[in-house]
Amino acid sequence: MSDTTSERKPGYKTYFAVYAALVCLTAITVTTASLNIGRLAIFAVLAIAGTKSVLVLLYFMHLRYEKRLLVKILIPIVVATLAVFIGLTYTDILYR
Amino acid sequence: MSSHEHAADPDRGRIGMWLFICTEILLFGGLFLLYSVYRYKHPADFHAASLDLSRFAGTLNTIVLISSSLTAALAVHELREGRIARAKLLIGATLLCALAFLTVKGFEWGAKFEHGLYPNAPHLLSLPPGQILYFGLYFTMTGLHAVHVIVGMGVFGYGLREMSRGKVTLKNPILIENATLFWHLIDIIWIFLFPLFYLIS
Repeated sequence: MSDTTSERKPGYKTYFAVYAALVCLTAITVTTASLNIGRLAIFAVLAIAGTKSVLVLLYFMHLRYEKRLLVKILIPIVVATLAVFIGLTYTDILYR
Repeated sequence: MSSHEHAADPDRGRIGMWLFICTEILLFGGLFLLYSVYRYKHPADFHAASLDLSRFAGTLNTIVLISSSLTAALAVHELREGRIARAKLLIGATLLCALAFLTVKGFEWGAKFEHGLYPNAPHLLSLPPGQILYFGLYFTMTGLHAVHVIVGMGVFGYGLREMSRGKVTLKNPILIENATLFWHLIDIIWIFLFPLFYLIS
């Protein structure tokens, strides 16, 4: 079964490394929010959340080891769709 | 074709789960878009309202949910190695984390209710419009997320039973694999909910 999902299986080491990274990034987000860096903070916070999501998708959800092209491209397609929604909404809000 | 033949095809089951995950991302994506527009229009109100949330509780729940994601990922790893007993133990740990998450969430919501902050409460309605919007979004989005946590727990509970009955095995792990994919999605949604509601500076 796992042959279809993965070529090289990640082990405990990989999972714990990802976990440690996720905890560190959480700590960084909380600290960033307490600093007063104004409007920049929202972008910093979103960038960190994005990084954490990519880590979960690639390692915990095994997208990095995925062989089926269809599964590989689904998330980029959804993210691109959302980006279009968000982009169009904001062109409406900002330039109305 | 019997349902067993469906379950025996790992690729098909996995692709179906990923498609479902995409619809979930769009569902929450729409809510996040709504949130961002209102936050853009009422930045000061959103900041003021967010101070009512406990950063400590939010951070604690983030760590709890990340830990549950780790145990879920390890459970799939053990299942793929054929160590069912260990996999069951790790799913049990995931369920405990989920319960801890919901308990913290319950106390948070309880505290809000006591302070007159619940949908349509007289005190809430006396606040500035941006704050009403903030709490409306807060209850909708964390509530929908909590519903997902409860559903995920149900699926894991069913998975544990099927593992005990020998229905989920090294040869047929798709139920636990898909339940775990769903669980990681719940984690990802919280990864965005947490900074957007608790950490507005």
